[in-house]
Amino acid sequence: MSQWQPSALQQERIAFRRRQARRSTLIAAGSSIVLLVLIAAGVGSTPGWPRVRETFFNVDRAWEALPTVAQGLWLNVRVMLICAVLIVVFGMTLAIMRTLRGPIFFPLRVFAAAYTDVFRGLPLLLVIFLLGFGVPALQLRGLPNDAVIWGGAALVLTYSSYVAEVFRAGIESVHPSQRAAARSLGLSYRQTLRFVVLPQAVRRVMPPLLNDFVSLQKDSGLIAVLGVIDAIRAAQLETAIDFNFTPYVVAGLLFVALTIPLTRLTDYIARRQGWYGGGGGPV
Amino acid sequence: MSLLSLRGVRKSYGANVVIDSFDLEVDEGECVVLIGASGSGKSTLLRCVNLLEVVDDGVIELAGTDITDPRANADKVRSKIGFVFQSYNLFPHLTVLDNITLAPIRVHGVARDVARTRGLEMLDRVGLLEKASAKPDELSGGQQQRAAIARAMVNSPQLLLLDEVTSALDPELVGEVLDLLRELKDEGMTMLVCTHEMGFARDVADRVCFLHQGRPLEVGPPAQVLDDPREPRTREFLSRIRS
Repeated sequence: MSQWQPSALQQERIAFRRRQARRSTLIAAGSSIVLLVLIAAGVGSTPGWPRVRETFFNVDRAWEALPTVAQGLWLNVRVMLICAVLIVVFGMTLAIMRTLRGPIFFPLRVFAAAYTDVFRGLPLLLVIFLLGFGVPALQLRGLPNDAVIWGGAALVLTYSSYVAEVFRAGIESVHPSQRAAARSLGLSYRQTLRFVVLPQAVRRVMPPLLNDFVSLQKDSGLIAVLGVIDAIRAAQLETAIDFNFTPYVVAGLLFVALTIPLTRLTDYIARRQGWYGGGGGPV
Repeated sequence: MSLLSLRGVRKSYGANVVIDSFDLEVDEGECVVLIGASGSGKSTLLRCVNLLEVVDDGVIELAGTDITDPRANADKVRSKIGFVFQSYNLFPHLTVLDNITLAPIRVHGVARDVARTRGLEMLDRVGLLEKASAKPDELSGGQQQRAAIARAMVNSPQLLLLDEVTSALDPELVGEVLDLLRELKDEGMTMLVCTHEMGFARDVADRVCFLHQGRPLEVGPPAQVLDDPREPRTREFLSRIRS
């Protein structure tokens, strides 16, 4: 077989597509530059801009605050990691409870449904206040009084309800024919769930699950309201010195820097799992 | 004594009666082919035998035991019956070999290495040995269906139920699956098959059963039912699928 040479027609098509691509790049670059210039001109010409720049974007102040804020962020990271593990365990348990059949499990089903309803509805900040200030005020012996623990508990309680729903959606997305096939082989309901349904469900919900963890990462900053020295609280203490708000911006940038890798990982996994959705072609 | 015996079986979905006073006996080693128009109840009948559907009335006996008794252990009954689906229904997250060894290991308590050996033998048997570690979506339709048959056969079932197993296949892949079924029949496997492949019914079936509105309208040797049907409805059905 001879080497394939694109026909004249195909060469003309390739050249056309290349011209189109070049044109698109030029337009994109042009529109971006125009927009940036407009924003810079707009913001820069406001009467308060020099003062805002001084208060929020002071480079020297940012460098000064960075070590303390970063140290606070380390607490956020630890809280987030430990909570993530607990959330996966509780969320999965709730999801399985909700899908159990049989009269004996009626109370479990109701509990799981009520739990997800309540904790998806309650504002996270409220749960943090209730647990962080309410429980230690009970003065029960044997319970920890550490605000980090109660803040973390509030995160776990709230996020478990979201993650449970994600898992449940995954479980219900597995086609009934998969269950039928497993049952036809003699697998019990529980074995079918364990070996056939859950492995497929978990794979399918990885992208939305990681999305929830991106969200958890930044919401871990809310425990600052309990007086825990995390990144936000550290920034707050820094701003109290001279009423310069730059440390808040530093904390914000650090949170963004932390979530970007997780977001990219989510995208990567979602893309790699494209085979689940079938090929969409170029359209 | 017949291996499978259906007496007065009825199944309905609401007001829609899909299977009605159905009687059928299948002897050991026999291959009975169910034919009939779409919606005549063929697939539902197979699902009732495998207890994937609960019958409204009547008795289904497997080797003399009433399996429709609500006190019967459905998981145990199913583990003795192989079922092959129209859409293969392989588990996409497991390799072909793991698909086949799942039930032996988890249901039949076979040791992992024994199950693997037996699974590989079974794959060799259906000509898929080199695909053992592939995922189902890397296989062609015919290969997937052969793997599904291997999965159903590895537990040495007493009865094999086949539900339109070639309907989702490209015409040139139908042959490989039918050849495999023919071999299984020759080895003495008892089979209840619903199909639109009249050639297969003619070649392999001991008896053909024509279903009409959920009833076995005409049952007999393929030569009689397919070539010299007594019932006008059978004749009408056959002339329609031939044209």
